[in-house]
Amino acid sequence: MQHVEAASLEVSGVELAFGSNKVLRGVDLVVPAGQTACVIGPSGSGKSTLLRAINRLLEPHAGDVKLGGESVLRGDPDVLRRRIGMVFQHFNLFPHKSVLENITLPLRKIKKLDADAAQAAARAQLELVGLAHKAGARPGNLSGGQQQRVAIARALAMQPEVMLFDEATSALDPELVKGVLALMADLAAAGMTMVVVTHEMGFAREVADQVAFMDHGVVVESGVPGQIFGTAESPRLRQFLSQVL
Amino acid sequence: MDIWSTLSDTFLDWESMKAVLPEMLKVGLVNTLILAAASVVLGTLLGMIVAVLALSSKRWLRWPAKIYTDIFRGLPAILTILLIGQGLSPITRHWWGPNPYPLGILALSLIAAAYIGEIFRSGIQSVEKGQLEAARALGFSYPSGMRLVVIPQGVRRVLPALVNQFIALVKESSLVYFLGLLASQRELFRIGQDAAATNGNLSPLLLAGIFYLVITVPLTHLVNHFDKRLREGRPSDVQLEEVEHATR
Repeated sequence: MQHVEAASLEVSGVELAFGSNKVLRGVDLVVPAGQTACVIGPSGSGKSTLLRAINRLLEPHAGDVKLGGESVLRGDPDVLRRRIGMVFQHFNLFPHKSVLENITLPLRKIKKLDADAAQAAARAQLELVGLAHKAGARPGNLSGGQQQRVAIARALAMQPEVMLFDEATSALDPELVKGVLALMADLAAAGMTMVVVTHEMGFAREVADQVAFMDHGVVVESGVPGQIFGTAESPRLRQFLSQVL
Repeated sequence: MDIWSTLSDTFLDWESMKAVLPEMLKVGLVNTLILAAASVVLGTLLGMIVAVLALSSKRWLRWPAKIYTDIFRGLPAILTILLIGQGLSPITRHWWGPNPYPLGILALSLIAAAYIGEIFRSGIQSVEKGQLEAARALGFSYPSGMRLVVIPQGVRRVLPALVNQFIALVKESSLVYFLGLLASQRELFRIGQDAAATNGNLSPLLLAGIFYLVITVPLTHLVNHFDKRLREGRPSDVQLEEVEHATR
């Protein structure tokens, strides 16, 4: 895995509502540089909304988000998103572009690399995720696991300081999940700062430095995996774990 | 009277067809193609603007686009052509004289833009929301994300409908005849009609019809080709996959 320049991430008191529906009600989460935080919780608890509030795909109504110690809510959100990579549940590769073009497009248009440099960087990323031989293929001709690995390569090519994963394996067939999780584990081991929304409790237990349990728009309990999965204090967390484990 | 000979006299008078053929080729076909091509280009540009306005989150941008579309889709094409062609002529004659061509093209383009705008709008709206979200997550601005990611996908999806609209425009270009054209400005239909009136049979009009088919039938097959490609993917992709699979 490549060398990464990771930054710390600090979310404090973040609130966000859709009309009168308060989805985030003061979320706190601190992820030191190079660490991985897994966010678990039931559907509708605000996990995915939290990720979108961090990179300002959705604007928080209150609270603060700090990247490398600096608040990011006042600057240009487009510039912020160049520093934060995001991987989606349904991959969201651009189907009208080849695998290689999916990666070179942002490199050329945003990072302003010339065609040769962008292609070289894109091929290097594809090599890392084991899909160099698929460079000319269209996303629609790849398996779900391969598409998600390309999506990870596309995000990594932008050299982000933080990576956000929004249920990256939820849409995959069971036999394809392992490859994507292994890639994410490699990334964590390489020192990337990661926030991973996941239902993969095994991944959270083995890879995460901390696990945060969300319910009804707040972090109910967080701690090291051993604490969350072994000696959970909150009855709601214990009930959730009894249902998913 | 023998039915066949009546039909033959009416539609298959080779001599009158032969007589009008050079003019149809040199004048009629050229003018029809100019009218249709200019209207396609202008109508497509205007249509894209109408679509972008119609998709705006701002009501004061959305509503003019909606009203425009309702009006120009709701009126008969001939009425629009006459209103614009004759109504604006006193103003525009200061710029380019009594030439009805520019106003004819403008009228056809305005009509086409209403339909093409709706075609673009539906295509763009059919692109999954995650596509723009992914583009924005990579750092693209909203306009860049729309321009580089969403709109190209939307346009591809509506290519068959778009080509159908172009076919309609080729046919509707014949309506410009109602504005009164100089001899050198006549399009296929007008030349066919003039010759039919002179010769007393419909063979020149049948010839005009054949010319229209020569233009529109290949376009129809182009639609079918686009349809097939959209359903099955590009042959090159499939071949590439097969080669990669075979050599793995």
